[in-house]
Amino acid sequence: MKRIAVLLLAALALAGVVWADSALLINGAGATFPYPIYSKWFDEYHKTNGAAQINYQSVGSGAGIKQVTEGTVDFGATDGPMNDDQLKAYKDKHGSAILHFPTVLGAVVPTYNIPGVTTPLNFTPDALVGIFLGRISKWNDPVIANANKGVNLPANDIVVIHRSDGSGTTYIWTDYFSKVSADWKDKVGKGTSVNWPVGLGGKGNENVTGLVKQTPNAIGYVELIYAVQNKIPYGAVKNAVGEFVTADLASVSAAAAAASTTMPDDFRVSITNAKGKGVYPISSFTWLLIPQKFTDASKRDAIKGFVTWMLADGQNYAENLSYAKLPKEVVAKELTALNKIQ
Amino acid sequence: MATTTTIVPSAGPVVGSRSFLSRLREGDEIARIITFLFAASVVLITLLLVFELWQGSVLPRHKFGFNFFRTSVWDPIFDQFGALPFIYGTLVTALVSLLIAVPLGIGAAIFLAELAPPRISDTLEFFIDLLAAVPSVIYGLLGVFVVIPLMREYIQPALKNTLGFLPFFQGPMYGMGFLTAGIVLAIMVTPYIISVSREVLLSVPRDQREAALSLGSTHWESTWKVVVPFARAGIMGSIFLALARALGETMAVTMVIGNAPVISASLFSPGYSIAAIIANELTEATSNLHYQSLIELGLVLFLLTFILNGLARLLIVATTQRGGGMGNA
Repeated sequence: MKRIAVLLLAALALAGVVWADSALLINGAGATFPYPIYSKWFDEYHKTNGAAQINYQSVGSGAGIKQVTEGTVDFGATDGPMNDDQLKAYKDKHGSAILHFPTVLGAVVPTYNIPGVTTPLNFTPDALVGIFLGRISKWNDPVIANANKGVNLPANDIVVIHRSDGSGTTYIWTDYFSKVSADWKDKVGKGTSVNWPVGLGGKGNENVTGLVKQTPNAIGYVELIYAVQNKIPYGAVKNAVGEFVTADLASVSAAAAAASTTMPDDFRVSITNAKGKGVYPISSFTWLLIPQKFTDASKRDAIKGFVTWMLADGQNYAENLSYAKLPKEVVAKELTALNKIQ
Repeated sequence: MATTTTIVPSAGPVVGSRSFLSRLREGDEIARIITFLFAASVVLITLLLVFELWQGSVLPRHKFGFNFFRTSVWDPIFDQFGALPFIYGTLVTALVSLLIAVPLGIGAAIFLAELAPPRISDTLEFFIDLLAAVPSVIYGLLGVFVVIPLMREYIQPALKNTLGFLPFFQGPMYGMGFLTAGIVLAIMVTPYIISVSREVLLSVPRDQREAALSLGSTHWESTWKVVVPFARAGIMGSIFLALARALGETMAVTMVIGNAPVISASLFSPGYSIAAIIANELTEATSNLHYQSLIELGLVLFLLTFILNGLARLLIVATTQRGGGMGNA
């Protein structure tokens, strides 16, 4: 008995030493959209630098903002930038600011299922907004047909499918709609969940895709990455300079490049409907939310180290996972902003 | 070990014959206190839950008051929150599921308990218990890939063609909606009804059946007129267990109900349930009012379950007194 107890104690002590010796633990929480690349990054960063072990819970942007504001995690992540009220709430609680750092870009694409139509469709902003407002109810409506000459669109009722769970995907989609339509802005607005005028809700990209695939005459929207990985057909969207552009890494990066010249210092920028040639208009950054002041210097250094690595080597992992890389101008600007963290 | 127990009682400074201390030492009191604490924890957790939900929903309770239950707009952007479509959806889907599951479940239970050979009955019971243990997301998948297409292609058009004059079977047929959610829920709760009802029927005393048979009734008459009424309270219990599951089901419902806050008499129409919207929106609720309104919906669901359970108890008590059956609900 005694010997076993001694052995156990020794083992525990040893484990304790190993534990204490192991890497610094940093916790983050937030957006689900960039989760695939974040988990890759945190894993790779830990492997190459060995310094910090970063845990990331993909609980959703809203929960990420909430948790970082409450101080239960070291950093947050979001698909839609924090609004002024949320920034103020953070400042009131912590006495210092929280900073946004763009990490990669993504896009949202319209996907549809019209029996007999196999050619990719072109969508004007008016057509998309009209469909999602319920004003355009048939596929052969002139607003849709005029942009798709030569496609035989049926006179069937359109079934609108949107996300039912709050999500950054919905935020980007409705942010775009709010920019191209004053009506949408006044009646529905932008957010992670909105009061949809028409349609059915599916939970997650998977459920929306599943419903669109099996419902004749349906239209929905999903993340570009999800559409690419699952080989879902999607339509082109008319951008601010009048071209119909299909979403891909190049056209999403073009959106970022177009916006980078007017990037504000706090990086809280929406790049939907960005002006420029070859720009896919329903694109967005996704952000890390990092406190400006850390009480724990080792955590601060680890997070700064990670962001520096992410902006350099980390960016190389993006395209394999179907995320668009940050433009150089934005990277340079972020490196400067990193100095604000104390 | 044995030596220590014999030494302690004689060495203790005992005064009274059955004092608290001696009872404590004998273990009865300890067991009583410990088990009491366990039992009390149930009440405590319930109270804590209500308290938390009440505390967590201050903003919408003050802002909307009773209107929260009366209005049907749910708009997180313009801060308008009304619970009516969600209450409606929860109740309608639960009702539809019970309308299907109760006859099905009780019928199957009667067969298994009274008519089937024991070997078949036990084998089937194994599968029923298995069905009851399947995670709800699996039923959701079944709903998305099997029930929804079936509904859209065959069942809904058939219903519209035959019973289309009723308001329940009108409007566009998406495949998703109240009826589909009710059917998926029925598939989920039927095993509960079968399993519990079968046990209750099997526990009806043998002499009850024998008495009926000796009076000249047929096998079916003894089953339907004697055994089933005798087990009524227990069968009711199984139905309310099923109701509770149907009210609170989240994942399977949200995958098939269409998730649109709509109040419509048509069962083809998409709808929304309380549990589904909480699961869908809580993680991304960024404004405090939105977040707290979802918590208030949790409170509403709690109250709904509480009220329906209370009614169930009353019903069981009432029928038991009239029928004199066994009260093992």
